[in-house]
Amino acid sequence: QGLLRRSVSHSFLSFASITGACRAIQKLTRVRVVDNSTLGNTPYHRPPKCIHVYNKTGVGKVGDTILLAIKGEKKKALIVGHKMPGPTMTPRFDSNNVVLIEDNGNPTGTRIKTPIPYILRRREGEFSKVLAIARNFV
Amino acid sequence: SRINSDGKPAKFQPPPKPVIIDKQKQREERRFLSPEFIPPRGRTDPLKFYIERKDMIQRRKVFNIPEFYVGHVLAVTTADPYANEKSNRFVGICIQRGGKGLGATFVLRNVIEEQGVEIYYELYNPRIQAIEVLKLEKRLDDNLMYLRDALPEYSTFDMNMKPVSRLDSEEIPVNKLQVRMKPKPWSKRWERPKYNIKGIKFELPEKKMKEAQKWSQPWLEFDMLREYDTSKIEEKIWKEVSEALQK
Repeated sequence: QGLLRRSVSHSFLSFASITGACRAIQKLTRVRVVDNSTLGNTPYHRPPKCIHVYNKTGVGKVGDTILLAIKGEKKKALIVGHKMPGPTMTPRFDSNNVVLIEDNGNPTGTRIKTPIPYILRRREGEFSKVLAIARNFV
Repeated sequence: SRINSDGKPAKFQPPPKPVIIDKQKQREERRFLSPEFIPPRGRTDPLKFYIERKDMIQRRKVFNIPEFYVGHVLAVTTADPYANEKSNRFVGICIQRGGKGLGATFVLRNVIEEQGVEIYYELYNPRIQAIEVLKLEKRLDDNLMYLRDALPEYSTFDMNMKPVSRLDSEEIPVNKLQVRMKPKPWSKRWERPKYNIKGIKFELPEKKMKEAQKWSQPWLEFDMLREYDTSKIEEKIWKEVSEALQK
């Protein structure tokens, strides 16, 4: 019964946090896809998980690319917000948010409703297309 | 009529004196010292706190930091090089005030588009351009971190909220709202007496509440080594700060 209780259903409405610790995104973290792409929004019996972080350390913060395993496929994604508190005056989100991305940096979806931190604007060159589809900024 | 029923002329009664309510005096009577001015208990030289207070007063002369408590809804505009028009406005409820001296911080929480966002601001950071108090109300607790595990409706505030008008009366209203929580598991076990939370409507069974009381430490309130009486220190600092600010 304990095992059943620990499973998190991949529904976009409820995101019960199972682990109390809030760390940034690393291998095997469950993430929440935030754009309106079909791959991110169709339900699947397993939540999307991170399998690799493109970073010297294996820990991903806002603005890092990671490899996700969604619906049995591998897909790159960009981290737009995590539960771990970052530098002061930056926003801390209640869920680990991620935007699906192609290999050349183009976003898969067409709209991002959830708020995106302004810090991403620093690397405007790489993320210009992702920032263009974002609606709200924090 | 100046003639009594007896026929004698009535004594001239002067009209009653008008009562002047001196609002300035009323305001002075209510003293509010921001909690970051009070030095923490320790063996550091009070000179350090004096120098820090001078810097804090200097900043307050240039930029007005209003009086606010945990539970107020604030709107903070910060200077951001990456924002359009270089400034960024965030509205949220203050859930925690921490830090002493120049490193005093407060956390604002809001739920935007079903996503909870918290920003950890520093009071004396020069990037802050304006702090406005939109809604003044105290809550039953000093720390509203349990709002993370409460239903999101309790943390949603409109970004374009208008400031609630309020007279300059003395009392700040206390909102005795009992917040309803999401189902367990929570990030912290808020029912335990260590957190001493009065603002949650616990819908847990009696058995769980009794079990939580096992972790109570009733001897803590009688522990004399933990006592820190700040009344005299507050008086001194209040005088110093108010004199310096009035100059």
